[in-house]
Amino acid sequence: MCHSRKSGNPEKRNWIPHQVRNDRQKIIMEKILLKNIENPDSADINEYINVGGYKNLSKAFEYQPKDVIEEVKKSGLRGRGGAGFPTGMKWSFADADPKFPKYLVCNADEGEPGTFKDRPILEKNPHLLIEGLIISGYAIRAEYGYIYLRGEYPYAKEVLNRAIRQAYEKNYLGDNVLGKNIKFHLAVYQGAGAYICGEETALIESLEGKKGQPRIKPPFPVNVGAWGMPTIVNNVETLSNVPYIIEAGAVAYSQIGSKDCPGPKLYCISGCVEKPGVYELPMGISLRNIIYTHAGGIKDGKKLKAVIPGGISTSVLPADKIDCPMDFVSMPKHGSMLGSGAVIVMDESVCMVKVTYRALKFFEHESCGKCVPCREGTEWLRKILERIEQGMGREGDIELLSDVSETISGRTFCPLGDGAAGVVIGMLKHFRHEFEEHIKNAKCIFS
Amino acid sequence: MFKETILKEIDDIKARYPDPKSALLPTLYIAQREFGWLSHEAMHVVAQSLNLPEAMVRGTASFYTMFKHKPMGRHLIQLCTNVSCMILGAERLVDFLKNRYSLEPNITTTDRRFSLVIMECIGACDRGPAMLVNTDFHDSLTEERIEEILEKYK
Ligand SMILES: Cc1cc2nc3c(=O)[nH]c(=O)nc-3n(C[C@H](O)[C@H](O)[C@H](O)COP(=O)(O)O)c2cc1C
Repeated sequence: MCHSRKSGNPEKRNWIPHQVRNDRQKIIMEKILLKNIENPDSADINEYINVGGYKNLSKAFEYQPKDVIEEVKKSGLRGRGGAGFPTGMKWSFADADPKFPKYLVCNADEGEPGTFKDRPILEKNPHLLIEGLIISGYAIRAEYGYIYLRGEYPYAKEVLNRAIRQAYEKNYLGDNVLGKNIKFHLAVYQGAGAYICGEETALIESLEGKKGQPRIKPPFPVNVGAWGMPTIVNNVETLSNVPYIIEAGAVAYSQIGSKDCPGPKLYCISGCVEKPGVYELPMGISLRNIIYTHAGGIKDGKKLKAVIPGGISTSVLPADKIDCPMDFVSMPKHGSMLGSGAVIVMDESVCMVKVTYRALKFFEHESCGKCVPCREGTEWLRKILERIEQGMGREGDIELLSDVSETISGRTFCPLGDGAAGVVIGMLKHFRHEFEEHIKNAKCIFS
Repeated sequence: MFKETILKEIDDIKARYPDPKSALLPTLYIAQREFGWLSHEAMHVVAQSLNLPEAMVRGTASFYTMFKHKPMGRHLIQLCTNVSCMILGAERLVDFLKNRYSLEPNITTTDRRFSLVIMECIGACDRGPAMLVNTDFHDSLTEERIEEILEKYK
């Protein structure tokens, strides 16, 4: 049922319009971010050009940089890295800063557990990202771009480096891009296994060759970023939306998905579902629709217990709370967050204490050690959770978990600590009884 | 000191950044490639080649889990046990590696064939449990599949 693209004519599209349906309708959407990836050679520049690639770059160069920023503002695009900050607005802050040079950094750290959405772009559609980077660099008047790629993606590194070489050969990158007297250079920087380096200021520290510890904000990277200069940090998926915004125009783009939060979205579904994977769907589709219609429902006919909707750092939702539109604006009203769009589905056999314990082991390991509430708090939480899971929980442990979590919340340098605390608070809110039963029975009730 | 060809490789990297300090992570990767792991000697060479204080080199190197501070086996197994993989049985695989290969987290087998590191999500959650062996991804793991896969790494 896939139909061809009619640029600028939203009526022709089969996307959900400005209301969210919580029914089980299957949404068939023209692929924008994952276009052509079934083609085994999709990462090759010629294949990309064959399906219209790099045309939007020439088109963007016909606008003034400021007009590109305006177009992205008008499109309503929000950052896909987790926080959902309006992209055009962020760009205009860097643009307004008189300092030069400015830098563009692509956040390809993809460390949030449960997240594997940037990977298909990096491995199968790298030129979409590169085209997005060049256009974005042009808009903010940056001459250098860096892709900060997580160390755990060695294959993506190979693909990206080859794609960048090809783009240089075709003169999409270099000192005189397309002969338009525009300079843009691009390089891959490989991270080395630190989740915190996904946080933008830690990422910048790491890019400067240091330990990846977050900086205090303000100043924000848009003013004082990499090497002290105005820097835009955007997620892979965010930047990959940009060529289409230029192609279809802001108005058409803003017709896709939710009104306050438009565009295509890559949702990654893992855990106890029949068909896990990355799905490109309109922003704002309901969690129920994603799980039951697109991911084929719960595996082996079991019952759904809970969903972590946006990566491990977002609050868990119980089975009866999944009629929520999956976008940045709606999810907080439903008690969680969209985060990275990483949906982890858990059936009735999964122990919530164990999941919480494993999550906190992660946060303890990844806490950078710079601030005390996070460094000490995550260790305390992990220890308490470990003993509850192992049948050695004590009376008062649940209150202690709440107390430590509340103490961390809002008192850390960066949101990593908040995430850790939020996981515990969310689990206790919805699944307190499981913690109580573990303590009462002195064992894991699921083993 | 590094060989000429490697110094040239490092110079090329430095040229990409406004401040040559940025070459530190890439150079640590190069040192690890050349020496197998980051011994004091290796970090000394890195410090020299970038003209950086050794304390900075060691401080940075110690922050990142993918930099190795002891010799590794011939093949590095990086197995994910984070929530998505855990739900799909990753912990059983940790036990299996221990029983079948005497391989435990952060340990190298006595024949130096394998080292094991437990990972925090490697972005293969839809086909978990998953692992990297050196730079190869392997997913949908079971005990049988792991045994089959590891046969290829001698
Ligand atoms: C602990 C932590 C980890 C993060 N990890 C990532 C990541 O892996 N990828 C990413 O794009 N953003 C990550 N972010 C968000 C970034 O700080 C930043 O908001 C984002 O890169 C901005 O890009 P966007 O506006 O395009 O979303 C993380 C934030 C925190 C606090």
